[in-house]
Amino acid sequence: MARETPEVNGGSLADIAFLLLIFFLVTTTMDIDTGITRLLPPEPEPGQETDIQVNKRNVLVVLLNRSDRLMVGGEEMDRLDLKAKTIEFFTNPLNDPNLPVMEDTEVQFPPGSSPLLPASGVWRGKVSKGVISLQNDRSTTYGKYLQVQNELVAAVNELRNDFCKLYFDREYDDLNTANPVDEEIQEGIRDIYKMNISESEPKNIGGLN
Amino acid sequence: MSKFVRKKGKGSQKINTASLPDIVFMLLFFFMVATTMRETEVQVRVTVPEATEVKKLEKKSLVSYIYIGRPVAHVARMYGTEPLVQLNDKLVNEEGIPFESIQDFVLFEREKLPESDKNRMTMSLRIDQDIPMGKVDDVKQALRRAKALIINYSARKEYREQGRQR
Repeated sequence: MARETPEVNGGSLADIAFLLLIFFLVTTTMDIDTGITRLLPPEPEPGQETDIQVNKRNVLVVLLNRSDRLMVGGEEMDRLDLKAKTIEFFTNPLNDPNLPVMEDTEVQFPPGSSPLLPASGVWRGKVSKGVISLQNDRSTTYGKYLQVQNELVAAVNELRNDFCKLYFDREYDDLNTANPVDEEIQEGIRDIYKMNISESEPKNIGGLN
Repeated sequence: MSKFVRKKGKGSQKINTASLPDIVFMLLFFFMVATTMRETEVQVRVTVPEATEVKKLEKKSLVSYIYIGRPVAHVARMYGTEPLVQLNDKLVNEEGIPFESIQDFVLFEREKLPESDKNRMTMSLRIDQDIPMGKVDDVKQALRRAKALIINYSARKEYREQGRQR
């Protein structure tokens, strides 16, 4: 019985597999998409006040003019100094009256998650009311704009990371959002160091050519 | 003559190739799994900028792509060299601001997602680094109006010497 089924010749199997392999080799693109995720502000409702009065000391104006020169808080600045400036702005370490108001805040963390917090998990401290206003001209190049965005995001990320390391002894990026405890930690840290970067409505700022 | 005979007699050992298909299959499966088929032909030239704070974009199914760049050679012959906007695979060749097209595009893409993911739709902006911001601002305004608020500025990972240190 078994003798009657003829054997299939497997000699060409390798050739066929090779053919497929080469096809997939050629069509494969291994690029992983990476980028900076940001949230756009929602479109204002009709009749909604768009000019919210903010205390002048709470705003840091970051301006990119049409010749890609960077101005931060009224003075010209190199891009690589922006991160340090942003961190100073958001923490106000010397209680400078020209830097943002630091507001006493309570933030709830999961109880018992950190030895530096009381058993209830409530963090009490100062949270900055600062807002960074990023403005650009229509002729600013996108590459430069993204570099500036990157520095601002880097500053906030560093603050968050430092806090996370100090209190929870791990990197902020290593928090697993699928885990409810980690998620609460992450939300807590986000409340302390908010990504307060506002992008103004587009307008022409001008500048030297 | 005897030289030849001797050589033939000795012969070289044959390598056993029975496992060759297995090895090839293994490679094949690897590439099959790793492959993402390129669905769209990008008709604008895009070199995304570099940044240090990039994160991987999770959940490809939630992502739609908007390309902004100068057209590649064969497209430039038809549409000129001014920066153009491409939505997934469709080139927008309108003058000025493609508000309507972007709105339709967002609605269309949102419709494709399951109900639970509709508000997590991400727009990946793949924009050439030399494009003036005016065009980008227009697109951003259009996205705001269409309520597609989660955006991702596509960028390559940049490694900096003194990167993250005190």
